[in-house]
Order: sequence, then structure tokens, then C-alpha cells
Amino acid sequence: MEKLEHPLWIVQLVNALLGALVRRAGEAMGYHFTGHDVIPAYMVMVLLIVVFITALCVFVRSRLSVENPGTLQIILEDGLGAVRGLLDEWIGPKGHQYLPLVATLGLFILLGNYMGLIPGLMSPTSSINVTLGCAITIWVYYHYQGIRAQGIVGYVKHFWAPPGAPWLIGFVYFPIEIISHAARVMSLSLRLFGNIFGEELVILVLFSLVPFLVPLPMMLLGLVTGLLQAFIFMLLSIIYLQGAVAVEHHEGEHGHDAPSGRQAPAAA
Amino acid sequence: MSKRSVLTLAVMVIAGASASVFAQQAPAVVPAAAYPDMVRWSIITAGFALGIGAGLAALGQGRAVAAAAEGIARNPGAAGDIRGVLLLGLVLIESLAIYVFVISLILLFLVPLGS
Repeated sequence: MEKLEHPLWIVQLVNALLGALVRRAGEAMGYHFTGHDVIPAYMVMVLLIVVFITALCVFVRSRLSVENPGTLQIILEDGLGAVRGLLDEWIGPKGHQYLPLVATLGLFILLGNYMGLIPGLMSPTSSINVTLGCAITIWVYYHYQGIRAQGIVGYVKHFWAPPGAPWLIGFVYFPIEIISHAARVMSLSLRLFGNIFGEELVILVLFSLVPFLVPLPMMLLGLVTGLLQAFIFMLLSIIYLQGAVAVEHHEGEHGHDAPSGRQAPAAA
Repeated sequence: MSKRSVLTLAVMVIAGASASVFAQQAPAVVPAAAYPDMVRWSIITAGFALGIGAGLAALGQGRAVAAAAEGIARNPGAAGDIRGVLLLGLVLIESLAIYVFVISLILLFLVPLGS
């Protein structure tokens, strides 16, 4: 896959500025670099997104206003409100306490997906390292929140048997549950990676065939898939969180009353 | 020509020019006889795997969309909820096709078994 990557000037610039420093630091820790670029391209892109989001937030924060909100403020407030509504709808009235991580990951992935459409940049999410990092973050986070909400004993117990089922079913249920939780990392990361990388590959192939006008419909499709994939990553994180923090009711008649209005799908 | 269409055309020309820069860096062509059998079979397998995977996933997605359209036609008031469920289901089906796509990428670019 290395042959498909063309050198980007911003990657070379960052490597020229910081490469020697990173190389020295890495070799001090016993890591030896083999490639030409010490800082890989996706890392530079991730840093760009971080710088961009920080600058945007500082800029918007400096001109926040209640009486006379600007366009940017309204857009950002609507986006955050939508994520918050999603959290409250799925998890329950206390769902918005998970807003910071979920919304940040959504914004990061959205910007990452759209970056590939700008000439001279690439999508960091078309690298499996970035998507796997996001997926592992979500995985650790929802387990942590589940343990915090139910206690370690209650959390492990909800792996053993579904509420209302006989105790013995755990011998079948537990391995399946472990496998399904482990597969969530794979499915989250591979879905995002496959979509974005595939889209970039299609645009690249079309560019090499007809470098004029023809790739434009594909790039338009990229706008749609980029938004959709960011939304889906966020939605699945919310569903996983909901499954982890849902407090079970022990009464018989309200046995299926989840705190949320919806039921999570079985497949993930 | 309005100012906007001129600007659009200019952007397209720039995009086209940058694309030809990419195209010049195509790797040198290796004669087919240089590839061992394993590599040839992995290329064929990758194509067939993606074809089968995409076709079956498309069948599943078609059923999902058909059911959702029917549901919305019967009860337009539930369109919002149905759309949410449809989106989630479509993505979960599509992720199976994406797994096959990743496998074919591995077969194409990272030749298996070290050959």
C-alpha cells in the first residue's frame, strides 16, 4: 500500500521541522526507525485536526454571546445539541454526562473524513492506526463507565447471564458475550477504515484514469459517506455505552423496562 | 459566464493538474510471469470475494430499504424513527461488505504467507 501514497508537502515540512527531535526521542526509548519519514502522514494529519479544533474553539469562545450569536456559534450549538439529544434519547435523562468524549470523537472523525477531499491533505481515518485508536478509546471508556455505574460485581454479572434468565445459561452466554465485546473493537475500527480508505482508493483510481470532472461525483459521495460514518461511529459508541451503563430492574413486571426509550439491536 | 462558474472551472483545472502529478508516479510494470502462482490466485480471490460479498450485502440492503419504504408509506408519521433504524441497519449490513473489502485489500496489497 505504500506505493499509493504520494509525498505531501505538509508531511515533509513537519518532518523537516520535528523529525530529528522525534527520532532522537524515539531512539532514546529504544525504538529504531526504518522508513524515510519519522512522523507518518496520518500523525501529521491528526495533529492538524487537533490544532484546527483548538484554534476554532478558542476563536468561537472569544466571541460567545447570548444576545447576538454568530453563525458559527449557532451551527456548533445545533451540532452539540443534536449529539446531546441523541445521548438523552438512547441512554436516558442522564445520558448527556457522556457528551464530551462522544461529541469530540464525532467531530474528530468528521473532520478526518472530510480532510481527504482537500488536495494536499489525506484522511487520517484512512489509516487503520487512527481508527483502531478511536475504537479502543471507546471500548475502554464504555467498560469504565459500566463499572462505575454498576460496580465491578454487577458489571461482570451482566456478562454472565441476561436478566431473568436461569443462572446456568452463563456457561453458554459468557463466552459469546466476551467474543462479541472483543469483536466490537474490530467492527468499529474496520468499518471506518474500510469506508474511508475505499473511498480514497476509488477517487485515486478515477483520478488516474480520467483526471478531470469524472471523480467529482465520487467526491460528492465522499461528503455523504464521511458524515454518515462519523454519525454511525458516534451512534454505535452511544449504543455500547447504553448497554454498559443500563441499570437492570429486578422486578418481574418491569423486567424489560430499560431506562431508555429504545432497545439496542442484538447485532453489532 | 458568471464569476462562480469561472471559479468552479478553475478549481477543477487545478484538481485535474494535481491528479496528473499523482498519475506520473505509477510504479513500474512487472511482467506477469514474475509473479508466483500464489500471488495470481490471491488477486483472483480478492476480486471474487468482493463481488460475492458486495452482491449479498446489496441484497440484504435492498430488503431493508424496501421494508422501510413500505413502512413509511403505510405510516408516514413514523418516518423519523424508521429512518433512524434503517440507517443503523444499513450500516451494520454494509460493514460486512466492508470486512470483505478489507480482506481483498489484504490479498491485493499485502501478499499473504510471505510470498
